[in-house]
Amino acid sequence: MSESLATISYIGATILFILSLGGLSNPESSRRGNLYGMIGMTIAVLATVFGPHVTMSGLGWIVTAMVIGGAVGLYAARTVQMTQMPELVALMHSLVGLAACLVGFANYIDPAASAHLTGAEKAIHEIEIYLGILIGAVTFSGSVIAFGKLSGKIGGKPLTLPGRHWMNLAGLLVVIYFGGVFINTHAVADGMTPLVVMTVIALLFGIHMVMAIGGADMPVVVSMLNSYSGWAAAATGFMLNNDLLIVTGALVGSSGAILSYIMCRAMNRSFISVIAGGFGSDGGMPAPKGEGAEPVGEVTPISATETAELLRDAKNVIIVPGYGMAVAQAQHTVYEITKHLREKGVNVRFGIHPVAGRMPGHMNVLLAEAKVPYDIVFEMDELNDDFPTTDVAIVIGANDIVNPGAQDDPNSPIAGMPSRW
Amino acid sequence: MPLMIGVPREVFPGEKRVATVPEVVEKLIKLGFKIAVESGAGDAANFSDDVYRASGAEIVEGATKLWAASDIVFKVRGPTAEEVGLMHEGQTLISFIWPAQNPELMKQLAARKVTVLAIDSLPRMLSRAQKMDALTSQAGVAGYRAVIEAANAFGRFFNGQITAAGKGPPAKVFIAGAGVAGLAAIGTAAGLGAIVRANDTRAEVADQVVSLGGEFVKVDYEEEGSGGGGYAKVMSEGFQQAQREMYAKQAREVDIIITTALIPGKPAPKLITAEMVKSMKPGSVIVDMAAEQGGNCELTEPGQAVVKHGVTIVGYTDLVSRLSRQSSTLYATNLFRLSEELCKTKDGVINVNMEDDAIRGLTVIKNGEITWPPPAPKLPAPAAAKPAAAPAAAKSKGHGHGGGGAPASATRTTVMFGIAALVFWFIGANAPAAFLSHFTVFVLACFVGYMVVWNVTPALHTPLMSVTNAISSIIAIGALVQIAPPGEVRMDDWIRWLAVVGIVLTSINMFGGFAVTQRMLAMFRK
Repeated sequence: MSESLATISYIGATILFILSLGGLSNPESSRRGNLYGMIGMTIAVLATVFGPHVTMSGLGWIVTAMVIGGAVGLYAARTVQMTQMPELVALMHSLVGLAACLVGFANYIDPAASAHLTGAEKAIHEIEIYLGILIGAVTFSGSVIAFGKLSGKIGGKPLTLPGRHWMNLAGLLVVIYFGGVFINTHAVADGMTPLVVMTVIALLFGIHMVMAIGGADMPVVVSMLNSYSGWAAAATGFMLNNDLLIVTGALVGSSGAILSYIMCRAMNRSFISVIAGGFGSDGGMPAPKGEGAEPVGEVTPISATETAELLRDAKNVIIVPGYGMAVAQAQHTVYEITKHLREKGVNVRFGIHPVAGRMPGHMNVLLAEAKVPYDIVFEMDELNDDFPTTDVAIVIGANDIVNPGAQDDPNSPIAGMPSRW
Repeated sequence: MPLMIGVPREVFPGEKRVATVPEVVEKLIKLGFKIAVESGAGDAANFSDDVYRASGAEIVEGATKLWAASDIVFKVRGPTAEEVGLMHEGQTLISFIWPAQNPELMKQLAARKVTVLAIDSLPRMLSRAQKMDALTSQAGVAGYRAVIEAANAFGRFFNGQITAAGKGPPAKVFIAGAGVAGLAAIGTAAGLGAIVRANDTRAEVADQVVSLGGEFVKVDYEEEGSGGGGYAKVMSEGFQQAQREMYAKQAREVDIIITTALIPGKPAPKLITAEMVKSMKPGSVIVDMAAEQGGNCELTEPGQAVVKHGVTIVGYTDLVSRLSRQSSTLYATNLFRLSEELCKTKDGVINVNMEDDAIRGLTVIKNGEITWPPPAPKLPAPAAAKPAAAPAAAKSKGHGHGGGGAPASATRTTVMFGIAALVFWFIGANAPAAFLSHFTVFVLACFVGYMVVWNVTPALHTPLMSVTNAISSIIAIGALVQIAPPGEVRMDDWIRWLAVVGIVLTSINMFGGFAVTQRMLAMFRK
């Protein structure tokens, strides 16, 4: 396959990737979108393997590596629980980050990659390597910590070391200093020291950054790491002069950035304050029962039978699920109730807060898993105006989003009284 | 030792309510109490002794035996002198007392060394107390019944009808006072199809009136009429003048007037004068819900329905008893909620906790000592919450996709553009051409990504993340091209091993990411 043919294939793959993201604009087209993504990926990999940069002698290695990786990946995808999706995604981000590091190192020690470069081109190439590894390392360690926090292996409490901002700043300065050293070295062996030092600092920075962020801010972190993994891919693309990598990296990077932004705004938090960490100490959603004994609103303890009667007599019901529902594995029961009510002609709808669950859109997936039809699942903003005409609102395992006293989350003040009006 | 709750038959003439109903008896037993009901206590409210017995209550013959056997007595009306005589030391009585109006009764009760919880003294502003608010529940019943009485006395349909036999206009109902009873009346009358207007001195109830299908009629005079504790207060002379004019106008126009105006501890204000009654259309109806306190209408005769100047004036004082089954059930539930508060341990023993705002307010006599009136409760400042909510609502506007972010301030935008320009200039001045072409692609791709991702529906954010994750494993290409490049044979096995590991990692991502996305999307079904 010639160079040009490979390039054209890459363009094809790029378009398919964009279509793939575009397809997610609604559930109908999303399945096709995913298919586009797969086709694009297949084209890109095939074009590379049979392209001018790979000789047939490597084929054995490639096939072996891909079979191993593919098997692991497919196994993980089949067995993962939907409540564990955030962990899986975080783990996968870490893989992208690690791969970016490895590719960066491999590229650096490969003399052929930079042999023909001189002057500014060489400097830029080295900056690209440096940045690629930096972002990759931060993504890797950050994602591993995020995975640990999400899966409960590491406590959800934010770890705030004294003077952490200064530590970060010092780390940044060291990284910049070694960046200068790195660019001015001539032999591969000389450049190795600054590169390794920088990688270690980047890894520490990644750990530190995510450790400082509390459990309730996890959706932001996960989407931010998603963004980082994209930027890592883009940096690798610059390093390898590969436009496909650049475009894909940029797509993923901006997607993650937008998601982080949406999450932050949903929690009424500035992006900087989340990243700076320490504020997200909302206790990581305490106990998963909406009816705490808080003296804020009227809390009417209500028995299961009374609830059932209330629901039967209602015409409009809004269910506001939270992560607590998923923890208690109650979504299937909730759907059973929904089904019965809908058979009786009750208008049941779900209202989802943007940060419900542990990652963006997580709650939608959990409900979808319980076979709740997606056309009765709405966003918070779509439903907030309807609350006055609603007879019953059930809040399940979502305590912070309906708490009118919560300063950091005033978006649904109307859902103040748990269980009933 | 579980306590015995006794429910005597109400002795007040015309009182048909009973302080507990079989349904609630079961719940009280679950709280650990034993229940004794006087034989025939529920007859007037259609609850027979047998039904009580079936729900677990013990039926006791005669008041004397019942009062003697009970540790706690649930009643509706305050006790008569004879009943007070039946009480014994240490007993607890829960009923309506009206301590301000009945100082004599209070003294008698205190002399018996009993504990008395006056359900009418509940601090109503406490939102926690709403479930125990018997005044509210009973007033709601009365408001409903008032409309039914009006409909009964009124000679026409409530709703406008067009039939083969001709058409009739809808009845016009005016409701004076939009308290609980007034609001219940508004809802009931509107439900029957009448045109409902209402007025109250407290401006804040206007929204509630409208929400029930009524129309709020303003008095053309500026004065706020909220007294303490959610009640109305006496208004100034100027206001009363304006109000009278408004009532006179309404009286000429409407078919039915229901008055509910009451000011605690004072005779009811005379809103409807004899002239206004005269000005009403023949066949009109006035239901005076304040009849017991003297009536809002000058011509009201408490306890009776009379016809004067062609207008039926209903002055029944027993509206609640005329719907005794409903009102008893509600009252019983109020008392049950109170019992829950008193008996948090669910072991059938009550604890009159004077630290608790609600219970402190209710308790008018504790072990023979008069504790009424209670110290002013720590009221929340309701106004403080409002301004906080308003900016929040404003902030949440504009959320959604496709919008492209919150509007930044002009200076911030300028600074951002300035920095961007500097960065671009720096890159343009220093970078080689080959880099620039990649850079162009990069910047454009960022914008494409931005546009595409804003269009993604929030419901699919998780699949979006997993699919972008899968796509970012495109980094595999970086590893692929290093595994066996054409040209010179490399000495360094390191590169190959790094590349192989890279491929393994990205393949996990690639296959896993797409597969899990597929799995998730398959779940999204209509």
